[in-house]
Amino acid sequence: MNHTKTILSTVAAVFLFSGLAGAAEYEVTQKNKTFSVKELTIKVGDTVKFTNEDDFFHNVFSLSDLKTFDLGSYPKGEFKSVTFDKAGEVEVECAIHPSMLMTINIK
Amino acid sequence: MKYCGDRLVRGLLLASLVTLGACATAPQTGEEKTALKAGDPSLQHWLLPDTPPYPEDNKPTAERVALGKQLFFDPRLSRHGNMSCASCHSPMFGWSDGLPTARGHNGMLLGRASPTVINTAYNSIQMWDGRKKDLEDQAIGPMEASVEMNSDFDRMFAFLSTNKGYRDAFEKAYPDEGVSKETIAKAIASYERTIISNDSPFDRWVKGDEKAMSEQQVRGFKIFIDPAKGNCAICHSAPNFTDDGFHNLGLASSAGEDADPGRFAHKPIRILKGAFKTPTLRDVALTAPYFHDGSAETLMDVVEHYAIGGVVKENLSPNIRKLNLTRSDKEDLVAFMEALTTEHEPVALPVLPLE
Repeated sequence: MNHTKTILSTVAAVFLFSGLAGAAEYEVTQKNKTFSVKELTIKVGDTVKFTNEDDFFHNVFSLSDLKTFDLGSYPKGEFKSVTFDKAGEVEVECAIHPSMLMTINIK
Repeated sequence: MKYCGDRLVRGLLLASLVTLGACATAPQTGEEKTALKAGDPSLQHWLLPDTPPYPEDNKPTAERVALGKQLFFDPRLSRHGNMSCASCHSPMFGWSDGLPTARGHNGMLLGRASPTVINTAYNSIQMWDGRKKDLEDQAIGPMEASVEMNSDFDRMFAFLSTNKGYRDAFEKAYPDEGVSKETIAKAIASYERTIISNDSPFDRWVKGDEKAMSEQQVRGFKIFIDPAKGNCAICHSAPNFTDDGFHNLGLASSAGEDADPGRFAHKPIRILKGAFKTPTLRDVALTAPYFHDGSAETLMDVVEHYAIGGVVKENLSPNIRKLNLTRSDKEDLVAFMEALTTEHEPVALPVLPLE
């Protein structure tokens, strides 16, 4: 039920499938130098897949205290995923294009 | 931020229309093809809005621009009374200084080139390393920097508050706000928003004047936007010829432990080590030397650097690779960049208030 609410509130984030123990995977795309959603609400244990749909390289990283990661840079059509294992808020950015920002709320 | 972009809107509407008639097209990034025909709808996204964006609390007025112009050219704002904003950002040098890297307080040699002020009004982030978010944020920075203007703010505020000309100008520009770092920065930012390049031969060609650019310059534009040739527009993108992004170009100066970390000093992400902000190419023929370290003397030197795919490969931007360009291609690219210069009215220097 919570997944449904999340999907409705974040139109452009794609809920992909449910795995074991209710863990879910969401897809956030990078297109026209923006993330497909500004905010995404997920549950602890869920995974977010970041897919580059632009013709140039993007990066995905977070320096948030809750979750620090750097997925590196990758071209169109490629994706990388992050599993969020603690509740809280994580800010996600593209290092190459600093105007690309989004927030993930982990419940 | 407000955007007065009627022309941009018209351009976007035009761009959505189907192009009729046969004309040459060029492969480019994105799904749509660009037709190499003056005035074609597919070109209109290269036009800048007539008026750049500005913050809600600093709407440009004639009084604010006039005050900002006085402050911009006034060397008395520096500690020794001998450096103004225009010392490093001079209209005589395309709003830069013509030096490989800047000279600061007491003639100190600084580590980076003075970036042009031209079209910084359209930037979404400022400085080579992006440490300032907008012009208001940036304007006071050189005064605060001990290696640049090294200003004595107590003395500056006393001077600006007691000088009748400035006191009246601040009151007209920012009634009841007084003289402060904030109002000084807001006034200078307002003036900088008037330093615009958006009427170059390229702009006139985009609008439909087929004689505005030569055949060689049109060929250069085709190479510029072709991912298989120059691949330049991948970073120097429409409409201001910048993606407001950060890239390591593989310059010789990026090697070694002591290399300038660039954006990495503010965002410690691996790809940002040695990465610097993409500068606009508008009026680029006026702003030599080039790159953040001033290592390229000419536009051809710049093209040659990209043609070999950079010198230092460590942490090189993934957008940079060896290019398949002939000598003629390179000359066409330089010719195209020379078509990005707006013919400006001569800058009339302000008379500064003495008392």
